[in-house]
Parts: sequence; structure tokens; C-alpha cells
Amino acid sequence: MTEVLLEARNIGKKFGGVQALKDVSLTIRRGEIYGLIGPNGAGKTTLFNVFTGLYPRDDGEVLFGGKALSLESPHTVAAAGIARTFQNIRLFGNMTARENVMVGRHVRTRAGVFGAILRTRAERAEEAAIRRRADELLHYVGIDDRADALARNLSYGDQRRLEIARALATDPQLLALDEPAAGMNATETAGLRQLIEGLRKDGLTVLLIEHDVKLVMGLCDRVAVLEYGEKIAEDVPEVVRGNPKVIEAYLGTSAH
Amino acid sequence: MLAGMSAKEKAGLAAIALALIALPFVLAMAGTAWVRITNFAVLFVLLSLGLNIVVGFAGLLDLGYVAFFAVGAYVYALLASPHFGLHLPFWIILPIGAAVAGIAGAVLGAPTLRLRGDYLAIVTLGFGEIVRIFMNNLSTPVNITNGPKGINRIDPFQIGPLNFSASDSLGGLIFSGPIKYYYFLLLVLLAVIVINRRLQDSRIGRAWVAIREDEIAAKAAGINTRNIKLLAFAMGASFGGIAGGMFAAIQGFVSPESFILNESIMILAMVVLGGMGNIWGVIAGAVLLSFMPELLRYTVEPAQKMLFGKMLVDPEVLRMLIFGFALVLTMRFRPAGLWPETRHKRELIENRS
Repeated sequence: MTEVLLEARNIGKKFGGVQALKDVSLTIRRGEIYGLIGPNGAGKTTLFNVFTGLYPRDDGEVLFGGKALSLESPHTVAAAGIARTFQNIRLFGNMTARENVMVGRHVRTRAGVFGAILRTRAERAEEAAIRRRADELLHYVGIDDRADALARNLSYGDQRRLEIARALATDPQLLALDEPAAGMNATETAGLRQLIEGLRKDGLTVLLIEHDVKLVMGLCDRVAVLEYGEKIAEDVPEVVRGNPKVIEAYLGTSAH
Repeated sequence: MLAGMSAKEKAGLAAIALALIALPFVLAMAGTAWVRITNFAVLFVLLSLGLNIVVGFAGLLDLGYVAFFAVGAYVYALLASPHFGLHLPFWIILPIGAAVAGIAGAVLGAPTLRLRGDYLAIVTLGFGEIVRIFMNNLSTPVNITNGPKGINRIDPFQIGPLNFSASDSLGGLIFSGPIKYYYFLLLVLLAVIVINRRLQDSRIGRAWVAIREDEIAAKAAGINTRNIKLLAFAMGASFGGIAGGMFAAIQGFVSPESFILNESIMILAMVVLGGMGNIWGVIAGAVLLSFMPELLRYTVEPAQKMLFGKMLVDPEVLRMLIFGFALVLTMRFRPAGLWPETRHKRELIENRS
């Protein structure tokens, strides 16, 4: 359980004159659920976008599975084994749920134009495997009865699940979830929690950004706290909870 | 494709096939001109299907598509005419034309990868004009394209003893040149439809639609959007190149003025009017818009002469009027096209409520 899966070293990111991330280092161990919390604007999503290749970083490096991770483009990151979801759900709205997950298989499959035009035996076999895997994943996240519905017509909770299924379709080693419980009611959140616990049981490593502190504290093995682009704490939830800096970041200092 | 069809559907398909096979002889009774008109309609169907890959599937607005038609036509003209004294057979030139147009498509695509919507439209529009102006001016210092005079006496298709510019008779039926081209075009069209449908249902086709739907999510899901977009441009362009080669052979003559911006807009209008993304809709749009001017020509003139004794309105003027009006009506009442892709239809109708 102590093998390091992802190690970020001194990540820095500027937007113009704003230092969005400063010297952020953290380590995520294989098989754990790692929480990333912090007040609004602390840089959580920015860090996320750096890890997943959406933003170029200004400083630092990321090791993934012991090797330097090329962060030049989101698809190379996906190929390396990091999959993500988005804070404001980004599905392919006019494709069916199944097609959305099938798109996720793109990075693990190889059929090209000629295979598709000639419908070669290999292409047909691959296509059938993609479909099978997509159906498995829809079942895994619990929305297999909605496979043929357009993604845009799914309920909010199901859309979140579908996004997770699409991310899982890329066969990730690390699944990065950006505020998956945002906007969910208590029942949906409980279901989500079950789903994420199931992922850990199945050996996946999860990086979780979340506002719902209760969810994070109950679910995560370790938690890091960001404030103004800097990491102010990283430890097991019980310790982080008592850290004065963290309390200050969330509640402010008392008046003197 | 045939598997999973009911007997009724199969019978319908057979009827359509028979009608398409008999069509040129029926048209020939009204005059060979109608067979030629039909051939041009099929060419436009091919062009629309090519553009549909770029615009309909991948959602990249391309206003310079006629450039690839031009590239294919000029490749054919240069390799099969007295201009350079080259006379290669068509089955060698058409693939070359497709490849050159495909490369041109990728070359156009490369600098536009970060652009979307209006900006992409402007750049592609400029590219289309650049190609035409090149064709117009590449006559000095080395005469490559023969400038605005164009290239003449282009070889027709020739398969063994079968010459596509001459008439043959077989079993009492007269196969004129245009009729032979018609059958060839029909075969190419069939192939292009099959290719389009297969691409649409493939890993690549899904990636195109994913990019159209949400490019950032597509990237995050592991799609190399740069390559997949370039592939869309190249595939679309190569269809245009094949159509261009056949155009050059049928006409026997090419000049830059066949490849003006108007043509690009016309092809785009066929795709949009018919229903972006749906192969059958695009075909319907292309057939409708390519026959309309000819029908007007043959009805408006006589009708006016009969009613007023003289011509009051030029059919060419009416054409643009009706054409514009049809587009306005379509966008008002059927915003996703006459025969939309089911996805697009849902999207546009839901957005209105």
C-alpha cells in the first residue's frame, strides 16, 4: 500500500500576474483515495488541470508510476493512465450513454480509417469488444438501463455516473474526480460514496477534489489542503482536521 | 448492410436500384442534356458527402471546400491532356488526385486546428480563394496551369476499348458518353456512401462526433484531437479530389472560374439544407439544389413567354431568389435540415422549447 503512484514536485503555475500554484508537492499512493480540499480559488482545479495536461505548468515535474509524465496534452496523460471528470459535467450530449463510454475506449484501441472502411475482421472484433466493455462499465456505475438514452437527457446524478464510466473506459490507474458531489442531494451523494469506495476496493487510485468536507473526511485515506495556491497540510483526515492552519483557512482568524 | 433488412425494405431497395439503372435511358429520351445535368448532380452529391465529413461529423465549418474539387480537377487535367503531353489512365489519376487533395486538406487543416466557428470559416474561405488564384496565375514564369485560359482537350475515361466520350450500342440500347459516365458515377457514389456509413459507425467516426460535441472533453477522454481533426479534413478533401478528377474528365476542360467561392457556398448549402450529419439528408439536399436551377431554366422561360409573350425575369435571378428563400424557410421551420441526423434534430428541437 505504500507504493507511490503519482508524485508532484514543486508545481508552479501563473496566470498573468497571479500565482495560482506555488511550489506544490504531493504524493499519491497506489490504491488510496486522496482528497484535495481548500477554499474557493485555492487552486484545486488549476492543479487538476495541470495534472491532466489541460494547462501547461510553469514549474516543477510530475512522476507517474516512477516515470516522468509528459503533460503536453490531455490525450497523452489519458494514455499514461490518468482519467478525469469535470466540475461542470462535460459529456457528449447528443451521443447516447453507451457511445459516450465507447469514446473513452478510443485511447486503448487502434482501428483506423482503412480498418473501418474495409470492416476488417480485426476492426469488427475490436468494435465488439469496445461495445462489450462499454456495457460492462455502464453496469458497473449502475446506469445500464439508460444505455441508449442521449447523455443530455440523463438525470444529473446519472450524468455524473456516466462521466465516471467514460473516464474508467480509458483503463486508468488514477481516476481524478473534480467535485463529483457538487449539486447532488443526500441520496445521490451516498450512492456516489458507495461507487467511489467500490473503485478503491477494485484497486483503483482516486484523486478527489471536493467541497463536501464530510464526504472527504469520511472517504479519503489522506487529504491535502490548498490555500492561495500553496499546500498548507497533507495527512490523514483526523490530523488535517485539527491542523490550526486548516481551521484558519476555512474559518478565518479570530479578531484580536 | 443488407443483413437485418425486412423483405419489404429489400424490395424497396431493389426498386430504387432498378430505377437508378433505368434513369439515364428515360432522361435520354428528353435529351442527352438531362443525363449531363444528372451527372453534375451526382458530382455535387459526392462533394456534399465529402464536406459532410468535415462539417456534419466533425463540426468544422469549411467555406473553402471547392479548393479540393479544384485540386482533383487540375491533377486530372495535368496528367491526362496535351498540356504536358501526359496521358495516364484514369484509374491511376483518380487515386493520385484523391491523395493530393487529401494532403491539401491536411495542409489547410494544420494551421486551423485551434480555430472554431466563424474564425475557421474565414480561414478556410481564404484558403479556397488562394487555391483558385494560384490556378489563375501559375502560368508564368513556368506555365503549369495555363492561367485563366484553363486546360483544354482533357482525356475522357477509357477502359480497354470502351471510350467514355463516344457512343456504343449494345442490344439495341445506345450508351452515349454521358450515360457511361452516369454508371461510373453511380458506382463511385455507392462506394462513397458505404465508406461514409462505415466511418460514421467506427472508432474514428465516434471521435469526430465527440470533437463536435465537446472538444475539451474529447481530449480528456484520450482523443488526439489534432490528428483526428486533420484526418477529417484529409478524408473530406480526398472525396472532393475524386469528384474533381471526374469533373475534369466529363467536361474535357477546366479553368479557375469553375472553382469560385459561390460553389463552396452552394455545397455547404446542400449539406445544411439536407441535414448536417445525415448521409441521406445530404444526398437529398444535393440532388434538390443541383436540379433546381435546371428545372427553373426549362419552366420559367417558357412560362413567361406563354403568359407575357416575352421574358421579364431572368431564370438566373429567380434562382438566387428562390434559393435564398428556401434556405430562410428551412432555417425557420426545419432548423436541422430537411432530413436531419437524429442527434442534431433532437438537439435543435429541444433547444427551442
